[in-house]
Amino acid sequence: MLLKSGYHVNSNTPSEAYLIPLRLTWEPGALDSVAVIFPKAHLEKYEFSEKPLSVFTGDFELVTKFKVAEKASNGPGMVLGRLRYQACNRNSCLPPRVAEIKFPVVIQ
Amino acid sequence: MLSIHSRLLAAAGISFALVLAGCNSSKPVRPVASVSKDDKPLKIAPEFALKDADGKTVRLSDYKGKVVLLDFWATWCGPCKIEIPWFIEFERTYKDKGFAVIGIATDDEGWTVVKPFISELAINYRILKSESATEESYVKGGIEALPTTFLIGRDGKIAAEHVGLTGKDEFEDGIKRLLEGRGIVQERAWGGLTGGFAPAMLSGAK
Repeated sequence: MLLKSGYHVNSNTPSEAYLIPLRLTWEPGALDSVAVIFPKAHLEKYEFSEKPLSVFTGDFELVTKFKVAEKASNGPGMVLGRLRYQACNRNSCLPPRVAEIKFPVVIQ
Repeated sequence: MLSIHSRLLAAAGISFALVLAGCNSSKPVRPVASVSKDDKPLKIAPEFALKDADGKTVRLSDYKGKVVLLDFWATWCGPCKIEIPWFIEFERTYKDKGFAVIGIATDDEGWTVVKPFISELAINYRILKSESATEESYVKGGIEALPTTFLIGRDGKIAAEHVGLTGKDEFEDGIKRLLEGRGIVQERAWGGLTGGFAPAMLSGAK
């Protein structure tokens, strides 16, 4: 994920309860998600919060470990996911958004 | 295309990275931290009918003849939390002079999250629950960034629009001028946004 300079998204474990966390979820299908691994978040201080916030900035990767689902049949399939994020800069926030993720797989 | 051998996966699982690449913007770039002033006729603030925390329908026309500060905000918006104490102060200071603050909460979760927030910050002005049609009527395509705040004159026309955190003095100067009937030059300001409104986009996965 690459954020524009000056923007941040809350990490998967925000510092404040009112903040919207970064979430990556996968739909059941040919692959089962075993784990979603987030990078180490930055702690950054913003004027609007008394304590530093746990955020991601710039260029970072989210890694998902999959295994083939027990009921998956051989052949082509599609893996579907949703990334929910909410971004701000120091002066304003954008509404939460969901990015649909989709990629093909072939089970052999 | 990703080929996966189930026997291998059964033994070790598989790990790969999804790369979400950003792009500059899906929308035209806006002026950066600038105020555009022009001679276009002032726009009449669109009417709305929204519910307050008690379920009562509130219309903008209920405030006819008053100067109104209309603030689109959300509980998850940090910069909004800076401005809200100012608005509380403005409401206290100017309400007897024909002024009112109206907050329009855009949280998807609605009153479940907004009501505790009102109590926590001791908000003394009316909060309404947003609807997309209202947002669309004020900003074509919907509210792009929060906070977005409008100053509406006694004549019901939008005198200023501020997108993003704005200075307290700037708000207060506008309120005073409108209350005194001096009017202000129509403004549309983007407070510190650095370019477009889509900081990240999914461009693909590998």
